[in-house]
Amino acid sequence: MKTAFLKPLLLSVAGSVLLWGCGKEPAPAPKPAAKPVQTVKIGSASPLTGPQAHIGIDIRNGVQLAIDDANAAAIEIGGKQLKLELVAEDDEANPTKATTVAQKLADAKVAAVVGHFNSGASIPASKIYSDAGIPQISPSSTNPKYTQQGFKTTFRVVAHDDQQGPTLARFAEKTLKVKTVAVIDDSTAYGQGLAEAFEKTVTAAGIKVVAREHTTDKDTDFKAILTRIKGKNPDLIMFGGIDPQAGPMIKQMKQLGIKAKYIGGDGMQTPNFIKLAGDAAEGAMASIPGLPKEQMPGGKAFLEKYKAKFNQDVELFAPMGYDAVMVFIDAMKRAQSTDPVKFLPEIGKTAYQGVIGPIAFDDKGDLKNGPITIYVVKEGKWEPLETVSPGAAAEQPPAPAAK
Amino acid sequence: MTGRVPVPWRWLLLAAAVLLVLPFAVEMLFGRAWLRIVDVALLFVMLSLGLNIVVGFAGLLDLGYIAFFAVGAYCYALLASPHFGIHASFLLLLPAGALIAGVFGVLLGAPTLRLRGDYLAIVTLGFGEIIRIFLNNLNRPFNLTNGPQGITLIDPLSVSGFSLAKTHTVAGLSFSGLHNYYYVFLVFVLLTVLISRRLEYSRIGRAWFAIRDDELAAAAMGINTRNLKLTAFAMGATFGGVAGGLFASFQGFVSPESFQLIDSIMVLCMVVLGGMGNVWGVVLGAVLLTTLPEALRYIGPLQQRFLGEVLIDPSDLRMLLFGAALVLMMLFRPNGLWPPAQRRYPATEAGHG
Amino acid sequence: MEIFVQQIVNGLVLGSIYALVALGYTMVYGILGLINFAHGDITMIGALVALTVAQVMAAAGLPVPLILAAAGAAAILVCAVIGLTVERVAYRPLRRAPRLAPLITAIGVSILLQYSAALVWGKQYIAMPELWVPHKLTLAGAQFTALQLVIFALACLIMAGLILFIRYSRMGRAMRATEQNAEVAGLMGVNTHHVIAFTFVLGSAIGAVAGLMVVLYYGIGHYFMGFMLGLKAFTAAVLGGIGNVGGAVLGGLLLGVIESLASGYIGDLTGGVFGSNYRDVFAFLVLVLVLIFRPSGLLGRHSGDRA
Repeated sequence: MKTAFLKPLLLSVAGSVLLWGCGKEPAPAPKPAAKPVQTVKIGSASPLTGPQAHIGIDIRNGVQLAIDDANAAAIEIGGKQLKLELVAEDDEANPTKATTVAQKLADAKVAAVVGHFNSGASIPASKIYSDAGIPQISPSSTNPKYTQQGFKTTFRVVAHDDQQGPTLARFAEKTLKVKTVAVIDDSTAYGQGLAEAFEKTVTAAGIKVVAREHTTDKDTDFKAILTRIKGKNPDLIMFGGIDPQAGPMIKQMKQLGIKAKYIGGDGMQTPNFIKLAGDAAEGAMASIPGLPKEQMPGGKAFLEKYKAKFNQDVELFAPMGYDAVMVFIDAMKRAQSTDPVKFLPEIGKTAYQGVIGPIAFDDKGDLKNGPITIYVVKEGKWEPLETVSPGAAAEQPPAPAAK
Repeated sequence: MTGRVPVPWRWLLLAAAVLLVLPFAVEMLFGRAWLRIVDVALLFVMLSLGLNIVVGFAGLLDLGYIAFFAVGAYCYALLASPHFGIHASFLLLLPAGALIAGVFGVLLGAPTLRLRGDYLAIVTLGFGEIIRIFLNNLNRPFNLTNGPQGITLIDPLSVSGFSLAKTHTVAGLSFSGLHNYYYVFLVFVLLTVLISRRLEYSRIGRAWFAIRDDELAAAAMGINTRNLKLTAFAMGATFGGVAGGLFASFQGFVSPESFQLIDSIMVLCMVVLGGMGNVWGVVLGAVLLTTLPEALRYIGPLQQRFLGEVLIDPSDLRMLLFGAALVLMMLFRPNGLWPPAQRRYPATEAGHG
Repeated sequence: MEIFVQQIVNGLVLGSIYALVALGYTMVYGILGLINFAHGDITMIGALVALTVAQVMAAAGLPVPLILAAAGAAAILVCAVIGLTVERVAYRPLRRAPRLAPLITAIGVSILLQYSAALVWGKQYIAMPELWVPHKLTLAGAQFTALQLVIFALACLIMAGLILFIRYSRMGRAMRATEQNAEVAGLMGVNTHHVIAFTFVLGSAIGAVAGLMVVLYYGIGHYFMGFMLGLKAFTAAVLGGIGNVGGAVLGGLLLGVIESLASGYIGDLTGGVFGSNYRDVFAFLVLVLVLIFRPSGLLGRHSGDRA
C-alpha cells in the first residue's frame, strides 16, 4: 500500500490544526443602525457529541431560537440595541471537559451561560462561572447539590427531584389510588434522583414498593426486569429516566402482557416517546413542571417555531434553554445593563412568565415551586390530565385542553 | 550496555526554564482555558506512564486502567469533603490512595495471570466496568459513594491554611489555582518519569521486557512471571491512584461519569500512539491526545472563515477529524510517534499467531 | 416457575442478538487476530440503513416481505462495502505492524463511523415503523413472539451455515489455511488478500443482519447504539472462545441468559442488598470465572503462548 499520499494529507491536517493558533472568532461586521448596537455573547454548554447529544443539541437549539427571537425584537438596553450572539460549546457530558468549556466561555467573556445538561457537568463548571462572576442557568440539572455550593451565580429552570418526585407520588396515591408500585431507574443522577424521591414519598403514604429495579441509560432490553416485576404484580410502574429507555420499555411491558399503569417524569414527556413506543404508548403518564404548554401564551407558538426552524420536534429541554435566555434578557432589562455584575442580582428577583410556566427563584437559585402537570397519552398524543399546584394537597381540575 | 549519553545540561536548563514559565506563557497567549487543559494533560501524562508500565513494559493489555484512577479519586473524595465530614490532609490521602489502588491492582491482576492477549483485555475491561458500576451504585443500602450524583465540594490541596485553589501573589506575579496545580502536577509528573526511567533500566524492568517479549522463555529463564506481572499491575495502579487523588482535589467534584470505558481506551491510545514502552513517547502521546480534541474545537469558526458558512456541525467535524487523526497516525507510524529504541522491539509477528 | 422460564426465554433472545453480532467479531478475529472495535458500529450502520429503507417503504405502503427483503439487502450491501473499505484502507497496511496498532486504528474507525452516521441520520433516537402486529406464542407459561423465535433460529442457522461453509467449501479451506499461517498459505497458492477481504465482507454482512434484527426487535435506532452492542458481542465472543464460530453463538446465548437471570434474581438472592443494577458486574464475574478455568474461553483452542 502506497503511503506516499499520507504525508501531505497528514501535513494538511496538522496544518489546519496549527491554524487554530491564529484562529480567533471573526469580528462581526459592524452594522450601520439607527442606535448603537451592543453585541453580547450568551454561552451554551451541553453535550453535542456522545450518547446524550440529542438532548444537548436540543438545548442549544432552544438557546439559538431565543437569541434569534430576541434579536428580531430589537430590544434596547441602556440606550443601545441588544444583539445577542451564541457561543455554543460541546462538553460531551463529561465533568472535566465541562470545566474546560466553562473556562473557555469565561475567557470569551460571555455575559451569561445556559448550561450544562447533566449535574455532573454543571457542578464542576459552576465554580468556574462563580469565580468569573458569570450567571449560569441550567436547563436540566437536577442534583440538589448544584445550588447548595454557596455560589451566587447558579440557577436552574427545572424542577429538581424533591419537587417532582413527591408530586408524582401524591398523584399516584390520590388520583390513581394504587396500592402497589414497582420503581425502575436508569442509574443516572437524574433518573435515580427522581425515582428515589418518588419512592420515599410513596412509601410514607403507605403504598408498597414491591420491586425496585435498575437499568442504565444505554440499555434497550428490559425484559428481564419487567418479567421480575410482572411476577410481583404491581398496580403501577414508575420509571425515572428518559425516553430512549421509556419508549422501548413500555413496548416490552405490553409484549409481556403486564397490565400495570406506567408513569414517569419529564424525561419521558416527549413526542419521541410516543414515536418510540408506538401503539404501546397509549395510557402512559408523565409529569412535567409548569402548566400545559398548549395553554401557555407562548407555548404552542414555541413548539411550532422550533419545528419550523430545526425540522424536528422539541426533544426535551429546549423550552428550558429558551426560557433561560429570556430570563437573562429580562434581568438585563431590569438592570438596564448587559454587565453581569449589574444584572446578576436582578436574576434572583425574576418573576417571568416563560414557555415552561411561571419562573421565580428562591434564595438558592432553585425554581420556586411551580405547578406540575401530569400528562397522559391519548390516541397517540400527550394530553394534559391534571395540574398540581405547589404545596400538593390542592389539586385542580384540568383546564379545558385545546383539541 | 546502558551506555548512557552524558547529561546535556544546557538542554536541561532550557527545558526547566520553559516548564517553569509555561503556565504564564500559555495563559497570556492562549487564555486560561488552555492552562486548564495543560493541567489536565499533566494528569493524563501520569496515567499514561502508569499504563505504560502495564502495557508497554510488561506487555499486559489492560483495557480497564481508569478504574485505578477512579479508586484514587474516590479515596480522596470520600475523606476530604463534606460527604462523611472527614477532611483529612492530602499528605495522608495521596499515599493512601496510591496504596489502596495498588491493592486493587493486585486484586484485579491476580485472576488474569493465566490469560493472554485479548482474553486479558476483556477481563481487565470487565474489572474496569465492575469498579465503575460499584461506584455508581453504592448508595444503597448505605451511602458510600453517593451513586451517580457524585461527591461535591472536595477540599483542594492545602497546607496549613495555604490553599492551592486560591490565587496568591508572589513577587508581583499572580498565581491562580490553575498555576499552583500546574506546578504540583509537574512535580508529580517528573517524579513519575523518573521512576519509570529507573524501572526501565532496572532488573525488574528487564524482567518485564522479557515477559513481554516471550513469557514462556522468560519463565524458563527463571523469572517469576507471576510476581512480576502482579508487580506491574500494582505499580501501574499506584500511579493511577496518585493521579486520581490529585484529580479529585483539582476538580472539586467526582462522579462515575469521569471513569468510563472510553476513558480507559483513550489512555491506552495515548500509550500506544505515543510509543509504547518509551517513556518520552508516552508523554508525547498523552499530551497530544489531550490537546488535539481541544484544538479541534476551533474548526467551527475556521469553517466560517474559509467557507463562509458552517457545512458540518463543528462538534461532529471535530470528532471526525479526531478519528481520522487516530487512523492516520497509526498508518503513518504504526510503532507509535516515538517508539522505544531498536533493542526493545518485540519479535515482529508475521500474520498473526 | 413461569417467571423462571420467561427469564430463560428472554435471555435466549437477547443472547441471540449478541450472538449475531459476536459472529462478525469472531470471524475477523479468527483470521486476523484483530479485535475489530468498529464492528459494533458497522452493525449500527446496518441497523440505520435498514431502518431508513423500512421507513420509506412502509410510508409508501409496500408489502412487508418486500420491505424486509429490501431493508436486509440494503443493509448488507452498505455494510459489506464499508467493511471492505475499512479493511483495505485501515487494516491491511497494518498487517505487519505491532499487535496493538490495528486496535488503535479500529478505535479511530469506530469514531469515524459513528459521526458519519450522525451526519446522515442525526443524533436523535429514531423509531422503526411497526411493520406487523406481533404474533404472540406461549410455551411452558412463557410468552414470546414469532420474531423472537426467528432471531434465535437465525443465529443458529447462520452459525450452522458458517461452520459448514468453513469446513466444506474451497474458500472455507482457504480461510482455515490463512488462519493457521498466512505466509505459508500464501506460498501454497491462497490469495490471502482476497481471503481476508472476503472474511471482512462476510463478517460485516452478518453484522448487517444483526443490525436489521435489532431494529426489528427493539424498534429503535441511534448513532451511538453500536458501542454497547459491540462491547457485549466482544464479551460474548471471548466467553465462547474468540475465533470460534460455535463459541460466538454459545457465548452470546450464555451471556444473554446470564444477564437475564442476574437481573431477575440478584435482588432475591441477596435480600435486596444488590439488585438488577449489578447485572453487568455479575456477568463479568461469571466471565472471569470461566476464563480462570478455561483461559481460552469455553470452546477456544489456543491455550498456547500467543502474547
